[in-house]
Amino acid sequence: MKAKATVAIIDYGAGNLRSVANAVTRLGYQSVVTDKPAEVLRAPAVILPGVGAAADTMTGLVRTEMAETVRRLMEDDRPLFAVCVGLQILLTTTEEGGGYECLGVVPGIVRRLPDGLKIPHMGWNQVTQRRKQTLFKGIPDKTNFYFVHSYYADPEDKSVVAATTDYGLPWCSVLVKGNLVATQFHPEKSGTLGLKMYENFLKMATGGE
Amino acid sequence: MLTKRIIPCLDVTGGRVVKGTSFKNLRDAGDPVNLASFYYKEGADELVFLDITATPEGRATMAEIVERISEEVFMPLTVGGGLRSTADMRRLLGAGADKVAINTAAVLTPALISEGAARFGSQCIVVAIDAMRNKGGWEVYTHSGTKPTGIDAVAWAKKVVELGAGELLLTSMDADGHRAGYDIELTRTISGAVTVPVIASGGAGTLEDLYQVLDKGRADAVLAASIFHYGVYSIKETKEYLAKKGIPIRTVGKGR
Repeated sequence: MKAKATVAIIDYGAGNLRSVANAVTRLGYQSVVTDKPAEVLRAPAVILPGVGAAADTMTGLVRTEMAETVRRLMEDDRPLFAVCVGLQILLTTTEEGGGYECLGVVPGIVRRLPDGLKIPHMGWNQVTQRRKQTLFKGIPDKTNFYFVHSYYADPEDKSVVAATTDYGLPWCSVLVKGNLVATQFHPEKSGTLGLKMYENFLKMATGGE
Repeated sequence: MLTKRIIPCLDVTGGRVVKGTSFKNLRDAGDPVNLASFYYKEGADELVFLDITATPEGRATMAEIVERISEEVFMPLTVGGGLRSTADMRRLLGAGADKVAINTAAVLTPALISEGAARFGSQCIVVAIDAMRNKGGWEVYTHSGTKPTGIDAVAWAKKVVELGAGELLLTSMDADGHRAGYDIELTRTISGAVTVPVIASGGAGTLEDLYQVLDKGRADAVLAASIFHYGVYSIKETKEYLAKKGIPIRTVGKGR
């Protein structure tokens, strides 16, 4: 059997790279964990993992020249899957750390979850599908996915909100814009249906069956 | 709605799970990788591994085990036992753990909490608290529950959250091992005193015990060992029971 395409996983000095790479491997794809822009730009599909604080993530991306690389991927509408903080740093600014400028490729603000709740929002919560998406193929509406975060993305253009999750208020848990897919939850920690979402993305990206 | 988490806890020493199990259809119930896979398929929401040898060799073995588990199990993994430094944390997180739990080291060196949170994010840092009732409240114990510290558990819980803990793993030493129910009052008091999620541990004997600590105890998650390992209850029937009682629970089956 011919090996499937090689997926680039962006390494910017943070993130749960191993778990993401394991998920890609499990789906039968090759993966390369890389901090080299050229390698990322060559790949048919790219995953931007995310764990931790937005400020650290931005610092790491700038240091490795990945901030520019991610902007280029967006400009050229290349297949990109951003996870958790990876989603958040696509927006214009975040309230985290007293306010911080992000990549601004998706106009909007990253806001703190409301007070009076347990924070971080940690555990499995339902993802309500707002638009029909190839990404959701084989994934029932209101499936539980695994979240761990204290901030949420509030994009200006509501048409990019493909799914929402309710914690304090309903907010964007899946963002789709052209070939960009971004989830606030961690597909690599969300069991079989989390893997299914990566698989749907990778099939779309590589034209595979 | 955010669901309450059901978390089996596996004690590991020398690369083997202790409190041996007797599952059918499980090739080797002492192998942590096998057991983790089993619970993953059963629909557990998360797994906690405690290295009870808590030695440098133990930690190396643990990192290898976590690496193997994270290749097969796509769910959150927490690892604890004998962690003393951010280097220990980095090794386990790099191996595929999502969170690390610290207990004795947090009491001896509280700065380890803030350092760990600054380097890896609060969401990675679980502080485990072993508490025993005293006259006025509860006292924190360290070294696997053998050493009293004189520290009040509620004050300690607040302090570790201030320092950057993203979650608490709260064990009632009075209830642990007795299978007569969790310490509801302890759990409710701590859960109400902090803004981060609290995992209740110690005392699970029946499914009603789990329900009580999630409902009256206001726990965000429950940890249990023997009732799952000895097959007293399956994850599936546990979840069905709690769901029927009105607790928000992730549906089991087909990976959901």
